[in-house]
Amino acid sequence: MTAADPVTGAEAVRIDGLHKSFGTNEVLKGIDLTVDTHEVVCLIGASGSGKSTLLRCVNLLEPINSGRISLWGQEVTAPGIDPNLVRRHVGIVFQSFNLFPHMTVLRNVTLAPMKVRRVRPAEAEEEARALLARFGLADKEADFPDRLSGGQQQRVAIVRALAMKPQLMLLDEVTSALDPELVAEVLDVIRELAATGMTMVIATHEMGFARDIARRVCFLEEGRIIEDAPPAELFTSPRDERTQRFLRRIVDAGRL
Amino acid sequence: MALSGSPPPGSPGGPPLASAGNPPPGSFARSGRGARLLGGRSGPVISTASTLVVLGALVAIFLLAPGAHAVEHLFLSPQHMWQSFIGDPAAGYYSVGAAIWLNIRMFIVAEILILVLALLIALVRQSVHPALFPIRILATGYVDFFRGVPLILVIFAIGLGVPALSLPVVSSQSNAVYGVTALVLSYSAYVSEVYRAGLNSVHQSQVAAAWSLGLPHRHALRYVILPQAVRNIVPPLLNDFISLQKDTALVGVLGTIEANKAAEIYSEQVFNFSSFTVAAILFLILTIPLARFTDRLIERDRRRRLAGATP
Repeated sequence: MTAADPVTGAEAVRIDGLHKSFGTNEVLKGIDLTVDTHEVVCLIGASGSGKSTLLRCVNLLEPINSGRISLWGQEVTAPGIDPNLVRRHVGIVFQSFNLFPHMTVLRNVTLAPMKVRRVRPAEAEEEARALLARFGLADKEADFPDRLSGGQQQRVAIVRALAMKPQLMLLDEVTSALDPELVAEVLDVIRELAATGMTMVIATHEMGFARDIARRVCFLEEGRIIEDAPPAELFTSPRDERTQRFLRRIVDAGRL
Repeated sequence: MALSGSPPPGSPGGPPLASAGNPPPGSFARSGRGARLLGGRSGPVISTASTLVVLGALVAIFLLAPGAHAVEHLFLSPQHMWQSFIGDPAAGYYSVGAAIWLNIRMFIVAEILILVLALLIALVRQSVHPALFPIRILATGYVDFFRGVPLILVIFAIGLGVPALSLPVVSSQSNAVYGVTALVLSYSAYVSEVYRAGLNSVHQSQVAAAWSLGLPHRHALRYVILPQAVRNIVPPLLNDFISLQKDTALVGVLGTIEANKAAEIYSEQVFNFSSFTVAAILFLILTIPLARFTDRLIERDRRRRLAGATP
């Protein structure tokens, strides 16, 4: 990817007719989605609806079966694209943090900037410390990940992704593995990111959070986007019967 | 049933359970000498006592055996042990103590080469690139072959076969070099499987995390996958190296004067096997520290997993 700098207001992500199967199990059955630069889009839907797979496809962690994914106007699913160059500009944060357990927090954050962006160690550490301080982790830089709480680990994972200065962040159910009392600290971090204008696609089960932060919410079921609307519309007057059924279950479970 | 009798023991209104021959709760501990022997500080006393009993019994069996005296003279003669240890070229035998130095050198050289070659084999077998398919097949065949053939046959094949080829340089090496080559070929097959298990033990999500940061796969391997894989396999690796230390003795079949061969020559010259006892003691002195070190690493690893990471 050569022209990586996003043009403000332009399409950051464009997905056309994306199909993805694991063996005979078709997980994504024709996804069309666009995300504008500075836009926050939330993906909601039951487990297994394809939210995570969709995010992993955008980051080229999963090869796709058919369709196209373009980032900032350049097709990244075309042959000859170096996935490493694409991933430099696309940060992803996983449900289970996936920090490197054998490295300190600081090393977790500085590894990719040093090896990929070729930032000098002193500079990388300075950047990392600034980011850690910004997210309330200043005193944790020498700790190993398993000394931290889940919330702290997830915030480190977000910092690690941000250290690559991505122009798009993909968040894959980042609070699903956390104890309830730790969810808020991570959601606050994401709110702050949104406030800085970060383009984000967020798969989440936190409906209240999706309603607050997203400009658009997409409801996925069985590998298809059933409904794509602003949150006020989707949560209060969903048009599709399947969306209504899903939201009713969420309300019944006391989660909205 | 006791329709007209008293309620069963333990039930409301029945006799209390404790009185039915059981001591009341709170008196489970043994009293007197038994308590001292089972209690905390007496642990070493028990273990020492039981060790002495077992050793004493073994020594007694040995001493009471009809051939005890002959065995003692043939295997445990202090005079022969010392003679074979220091050696006497004039009398036609070598020093076992000096010969073990060759075992140590063979072991160190072989170990370094095995660590490198085995890692390469494991990485090739784990690779997924279509272009590497032929090398992948080769690596699999290599591991199958050398794990299946007895080490001593490999030593003979290399030690007798390669000189017979009469190639320049390759065919004019010492038998120790051929022995080390055979050890490296054979052990690399085993150790590559240990590496492979280690690489597989690193969760796929770690690979995904490394890739997602834009790290090329070689960097993901170097900084994320290998360090975690190696940490998981240090105990089995050291186990293989304890085994390798002993197997350097097999190189003696080529006529190389290592400790076992030196002991054999002594026994043939002097008709006393105490030289083998010396060789055994020397090998024990080499392997036991490594075995204890392995135990310590396993224990440290266990503690770290329980307590979380240590800086």
